[in-house]
Amino acid sequence: MGDIKFMKGNEALAEAAIRAGMKGYFGYPITPQSEVVEYLALEEPKRDFVLVQAESEVASINMVYGAAGAGARTMTTTSSPGYSLMQEGVSYIACAEIPCVVANVVRGGPGLGTIQPSQGDYFQAVKGGGHGDYRLIVLAPNSVQEMADHTMLAFELADKYLNPVLILSDGAIGQIMEKVELPEPVKDLPEKPWASTGKTPDRERNVISSLYIKSEQMEQKNIRLQAKYRKIEANEVRVEEYRMDDAEVVMMAYGVTSRICKKVVDLGREKGVKMGLVRPITVWPFPTERLSELANDDKVKMFVTAEMNAGQMVEDVRLAVDGRKPVYFTGRMGGILPTPEEILDFTLKQMK
Amino acid sequence: MKTGYEKIYERPKTLLPTRMHYCPGCMHSIVHKLIAELVEEMDLQEKTVGICPVGCSVFAYDYIDIDWQEAAHGRAAALATAVKRMLPDRLVLSYQGDGDLASIGIAETIHACNRGEKFTFVFINNAIYGMTGGQMAPTTLEGMKSTTSPYGRDPKTAGMPLKMCELVSQFDGVAFAQRVSCNNPANVRRTKKAIKRAFEIQQQGLGTTFIEVVSNCPSNWKCTPEVSMDRVKEEMMPYYPLGVYKEPQS
Amino acid sequence: MPAKGYVEIDREICKGCNLCVLNCPTKCLALNTSDTNSHGLHYAYQAEEEKCIACMNCAVMCPDAAITVYRKKD
Repeated sequence: MGDIKFMKGNEALAEAAIRAGMKGYFGYPITPQSEVVEYLALEEPKRDFVLVQAESEVASINMVYGAAGAGARTMTTTSSPGYSLMQEGVSYIACAEIPCVVANVVRGGPGLGTIQPSQGDYFQAVKGGGHGDYRLIVLAPNSVQEMADHTMLAFELADKYLNPVLILSDGAIGQIMEKVELPEPVKDLPEKPWASTGKTPDRERNVISSLYIKSEQMEQKNIRLQAKYRKIEANEVRVEEYRMDDAEVVMMAYGVTSRICKKVVDLGREKGVKMGLVRPITVWPFPTERLSELANDDKVKMFVTAEMNAGQMVEDVRLAVDGRKPVYFTGRMGGILPTPEEILDFTLKQMK
Repeated sequence: MKTGYEKIYERPKTLLPTRMHYCPGCMHSIVHKLIAELVEEMDLQEKTVGICPVGCSVFAYDYIDIDWQEAAHGRAAALATAVKRMLPDRLVLSYQGDGDLASIGIAETIHACNRGEKFTFVFINNAIYGMTGGQMAPTTLEGMKSTTSPYGRDPKTAGMPLKMCELVSQFDGVAFAQRVSCNNPANVRRTKKAIKRAFEIQQQGLGTTFIEVVSNCPSNWKCTPEVSMDRVKEEMMPYYPLGVYKEPQS
Repeated sequence: MPAKGYVEIDREICKGCNLCVLNCPTKCLALNTSDTNSHGLHYAYQAEEEKCIACMNCAVMCPDAAITVYRKKD
């Protein structure tokens, strides 16, 4: 049994990062995730990592790039407008194939927006966001416990695949306080012989770069990246299912909305509707196969996707379902949390 | 080798046996040679990490045989900050041109200097954007023509050229700042001494070290290497005077 | 009497920038205007070896580190 604490989501993420062996944190304050920077600033003198409050999110992601290329476990955290600033850096890191963890505690947008929670950055997170054909592994925690667990997992997956991993949280999960069992500190970190740390006589020089000026080389690089992404898709899908054994109406939601949808499922069941919830834990790789399986299942009558945006994940649900069953969407924008009753009402209406 | 003679100078081994792509007479390649010589003489190959920029020197990693990281345009100082914080016992150098260091990257440059990040800037200031075909730089001289200042730089709309050595010297975090040039052999020797001093001050952990090299661009200045060296002396140096702008208090 | 020496200039690495020729104090180097290397450039060479004083100015100046300098042993 590990340490049990009562913490904010943002703080749990920060504490877990230290325990995961993070050696460099480079970040910039932005609501609703400044607690991460603040927590780490308080902890820095007592623990074994370096914190730099960078001059901007642009500087933050590039410091992460440098630290990652130097072989360190490294992380930055931000919220939506800051994540937009980081897109160039993320694209470079993905192409250079070095590991790092980034967390986006999503707030309402677009633009300067609101500081209230939202899920409006789904497209940016899973479809790229930055330029070029790349993918990030994207984890979507829905509790303070998962903020801690997913952070540990993120560092592990980043090192395993030499890929950036994004923790796609939201302002609600970042701010709520819940009981969390903190993970055991990581003891052994993997070796990184590819890192630029100083050329020793036993090897050629290491160059961390995303520049492939000859098209033939750029194509080969992209082919290698795509092969890696297929491998991740085959091996790293994570999903949680709730009351799905005999479900006829499949709810789809992630993050804070998934907690609301658990209540929707319970309320629906009380009314005699066989509802269940499929919650992607990884929004990339998306649980396409599982959805396809459900689309083929005669029991399943429809899918209802609930999000806090104008309809983003629902497009991936539609792709997976491929026209076999109806897919409906309900959403609130602007940082407003939908109520279970309004989602249930919407669902019942679609059933008529 | 002829009998009765000894070799007193040859190409440093730390300079890879590749023909550098720089234009004939370009100071980038002179400075690359000096860095390679110093890394060798100071026995620092195993301990050096270079950050290279976007610009003509984007391929620096193909020329100097040390570990490198290729930064996004303007961000070399951010990468160098992180590398030095993660690997404090390494010699870290951020090699940048005028667009990289003084335009898109100026926030990273200023903040690294203000925080006193303990790496060495090698700033190649040739007052023009070379790789992209000769556009105006923040350091382009008043009246100097470029493809985006075809009538000459007009301070009323573009401001005066930035004097980076003077600017960064104001920060307490900067331990050493010197402006040099490689327009003749005596100045090349002085440049080598300056870079060596910067590396030594970095090793002593005293703060940021900043070497600005007043450079040429024969191709985009549309002249021969010989004339470009004259222009460095007659046009660049009066506005960018050589000298030590900051040194550690002893 | 100044030290005597000689230099070798790598014909293929040389870009014919002429900076060594201009900065040689005894003017013993020249560009070979009747021949080019495989890149089509007129390379520099030591036209008058007997004037060389092994000062290394050419090697110091050379942007491409194409020059090796030898000095007579005492």
